[in-house]
Order: sequence, then C-alpha cells, then structure tokens
Amino acid sequence: MFNITALRVSPKQLLWVKLVFHLIGLIPITWLVFTVLSSRAGGDPVQHIIHFTGIGALNALLTTLLISPIAKRFKLGWLMQTRRLVGLYVFAYATLHIVAFFSLDLLFAWGLFLSEVAKRPYILVGAVAYVIVSALAFTSFKILMRKMGRRWQTLHNGVYLVAILAPIHFYWSVKSEIVEPSLYILGFSLLLAWRLPIWQKMRTSRLAMAAKDKQ
Amino acid sequence: MANHSRFTPGILKKARWHIQDNQVTPESVFKARRHIVKAMGLGAIGASISGYVQAGLFDLFGEQPQTSFITTPLTFEANARFGQDEVRTPFDKVTTHNNFYEFGTSKQDPSDNAQQYKVEPWQLRIEGEVERPITLDYQDLTKLFPLEERIYRLRCVEAWSMVIPWVGFPLAALLKKVGVTSKGKYVAFETAFDPEQMPGQKSRLMGGGIHYPYVEGLTIAEAMNELTLMSVGLYGKTLPPQNGAPIRLVVPWKYGFKSIKSIVRIRVMDKQPPTSWNQLAPHEYGFYANVNPAVDHPRWSQASERRIGEGGLFSAQRIDTLPFNGYSEFVASLYEGMDLRQFY
Repeated sequence: MFNITALRVSPKQLLWVKLVFHLIGLIPITWLVFTVLSSRAGGDPVQHIIHFTGIGALNALLTTLLISPIAKRFKLGWLMQTRRLVGLYVFAYATLHIVAFFSLDLLFAWGLFLSEVAKRPYILVGAVAYVIVSALAFTSFKILMRKMGRRWQTLHNGVYLVAILAPIHFYWSVKSEIVEPSLYILGFSLLLAWRLPIWQKMRTSRLAMAAKDKQ
Repeated sequence: MANHSRFTPGILKKARWHIQDNQVTPESVFKARRHIVKAMGLGAIGASISGYVQAGLFDLFGEQPQTSFITTPLTFEANARFGQDEVRTPFDKVTTHNNFYEFGTSKQDPSDNAQQYKVEPWQLRIEGEVERPITLDYQDLTKLFPLEERIYRLRCVEAWSMVIPWVGFPLAALLKKVGVTSKGKYVAFETAFDPEQMPGQKSRLMGGGIHYPYVEGLTIAEAMNELTLMSVGLYGKTLPPQNGAPIRLVVPWKYGFKSIKSIVRIRVMDKQPPTSWNQLAPHEYGFYANVNPAVDHPRWSQASERRIGEGGLFSAQRIDTLPFNGYSEFVASLYEGMDLRQFY
C-alpha cells in the first residue's frame, strides 16, 4: 500500500505545493469580485462581502491549525513550511473583512467605527483577534523570528487565543442563523482539544503501548 | 471669454440623483448577466451540492434563478403626500437585497430561490374579533380596494435603508370592511407556510432557525393608522415573491421585520399576539420595534443608517436616523406617555 508517511518532497516540489496553496487562497477573492461585478451577490452586496471575507479568514485559520496535526500524524515535516503562508492569508482575509466593514458599511465614519468597536462586544472580540493576527503577521519574517528567539514562540501561541475569539465573534454577530457559526466553534474546539496536554499524553502512551505490543 | 464660471445662473440644473436614460441598464442586459453566469456552468456545480450545504459553508455556489417571476402592471393613483421628493432605491436593488428567511438568510437568497413561487391561487383570511370575517382570493387583493402609490422609507434593524414606491391600500380600509368588534385590541399577521416552496422552512440551516410560520402583530391603533399599508406592488407592478408577493404589510415607522410578507391570515385579537423575532430574542427585538435612533440594538447602533441609493458600492450615504423613521407627525401620538426604551 502507498505509504503517505514516506512522502518526501524536494524544495522545488515544495514550491509547487505553496503555489497551490496560493491559488486556493486567491480563487475565493477572484470569485467574490466576479460575483459582485455580475450582480450575483445581490443588488447591495455589502453584507455579502463582509460575511464572505470573514468566513475566508476563518477557513484560513482552520487550515493553519490543521497543518501541524496532519504533519505530525503523517510525519510530513515539509508541510510545516506552508503554515506561515496560510497564516498570512488569515491576516489578508481579516484585513479585507475589516476594510469592507469600515468602507462599505460605515462609509469611512471614523467616529462610528471606534464607538462600534468599543460598544459592541462581538466587534470588540473580533478586533482583539485582529490585533493578535496583525502582530503575528508583522513578526512572521524569518529575521524577526531569529531575533525574537523564545519570545517569538510565546507571541505566536496567540494563534490559539484567536482560534477561540474568532468563532465567538462569528457566533455573536449573527441574528439567528447559528448553525454555521456553531460548526466553526465545534471545528476550532476539536483542533484546540487535540493540542491539550491530556490528549498529547494519551496519544504518547498509546503509541508506547503499541510499541510494546510489537515487541 | 474671461468668465471661468462653469455654471450659468438660470439654467436648469439636474438633480444630483438624476441619471440619463443611457445610463440605465436595460432589463434585458441586467437579466443577460445572470444568464452568462448560468451559461458558465456554475449553476450546475451549485445544483450538485445539496441545498443544506449550499446555504451555509459553501454559499459560494448558489443556485441560479431558473426563470424570472412574472409581475404585471397595476392601476393606481399616486398619493402625493408621501415621499415624492425622495431619491428612490432602484428596482434591481429593492428586489435583490431582501430579508425573507423563508427563501434563505443571505440577502440575495430570496431573489435566487423565490422565482418559482406560486402566488396564484392565493387566499387571505381575515378573522377573529371582527363582525364579518372574509377570505380574499388572488383577484380580490388588487380589485377590492382602490390602489395608491406611496413612496416610503424602509429602515432595516441592520442599519441600512431604502426608499420604495409601494402600491397598495390602507390596512384600515380592510379592517373597516370586516368591522372590528369592541374586543379587537391587536392585529396578528401570518406568512404562508409551504416548506415545499419555501426552502428556508424545510431546512433549519437555510431558514435561520426561526419558528415558522412567521408571525407579526400591531396594536389596533397602529393597524388603523393611515400610514399602515397593505402592499400588492412596487414600482407600479405586482410584487415579486422576494418582496412578499402577493400581499404584504408595510409599516414605515417600524424596523423592516415588522412589515410581514406573503400574508395568508390576519387575525384581530383581544390580547397581544406573539411575534417571530420577539419570541426568538426578546431582549433584541421588541413587540413595537419603532425606529428609534436613541435605542441601540445590541449589535447595531441605530443612530445612523446606510441609505442604499442608485449608484455603485461606495455611492451609498450614511445619514442620521430619525425617530419613527421621520414619520413622527403621523404616529408619535400613538405612543404618548409610553417609555420607548421599555416598549422598544
């Protein structure tokens, strides 16, 4: 049987993998532009654009959090090198999400923007998540990673906080259609739970037992 | 000539909103754009994904409208008292930006999913605390009362607004016809329940978790107010289904969700009827739902609104919201002595 753990990729092949990831990141935006221009997104697509880019950010975030479990499970070390790329798409989509809200919905009303962030808990939660995502994006350069040393890892653990805040922001923002945000909360909960020390321990002990059985 | 002034006094200046005939997209071109999308096979991809999934995570590929709903011109008189000077939101925006969860929760879902909706035959029953309960058939809706056009502002609780030329008759005319008894204190309304035709009633994910059929209510004084309109058309033609065909309520001083669509039953009652959004989230949506810039919704400031006009994405305007949506002179007296923070 084909063994996925034996899969190795050359640096050149990794470039191709990254290209595919870029395409996956860019196609939805192209699609959004197309649907808006072709009136497919409705006569007033403002809320559609805000929702679409927000969902895009969530999907990219889910993907970044999926990478390390998959890489560990199938021993695909090279896959870890796509994490920064996907993480930057989280930042890109979240930025589009906020720019759309500020420009298309609030029509650049600064005062209203600031008071809404302060007054609406769901927006505040989203704003905190965005500040963290921005910090991660701005410190994503390898040179900064080297300079910051251990503090870089501490800062980038902030992604777990984003994984809690972002789905809450989504759930809190809807009027009644809670099924979709609930699915995101479930997805992020599973990905976070997978990283809990208790599960890590159980997995390692199970692996140890399996190794013992083999002997 | 040394005069650099571009504007010569005395020459008629066209209003800012006036667009030239050649700037108006012909209906055929507007529709053709949808056909292009369809022709590219995207509709086929959409159709292969189940409706359940379609409405949610993958709302990338919605189904394309199969055919257009046929609307017919109405005979009516313009009522000059209401909003003749307002810039109207264009027909294509009024009919493609809709909250009608029975056809899906995205703004474009109703126009995409409602084009096959059958509005004929239709029956509207008026009953309860009335002297002469009646059932109106489809033809009665446009024939029983003289129709008039009124240009009303529509303010959504989500803080966007439109200006729409409705065609209809006052609800008061209908209530007078059936004769409200002395016990009639409230009026309850109910939207059609037809899960076969309304996918949002069939799937919880698509219908936003509302308990159907959708119900709304007014006090008898609100129902008898001259502003309260039973609408059967907009822009001179019968209503498209996404706007509540064949007959809907329009209560312009309240948030849009009070203006219940596709009504099959009107019941005059002696007590306050339950209303859908109030049942779902009573701390967010009151029974009255009067437009009030001083009372914020937990998720939206109501102090201002985005007026959807005739231009592109950035052409909308942010304007101050007025108490009772600017209709105080007609309705403020209905709420004298009431604390509008408590009765929101």
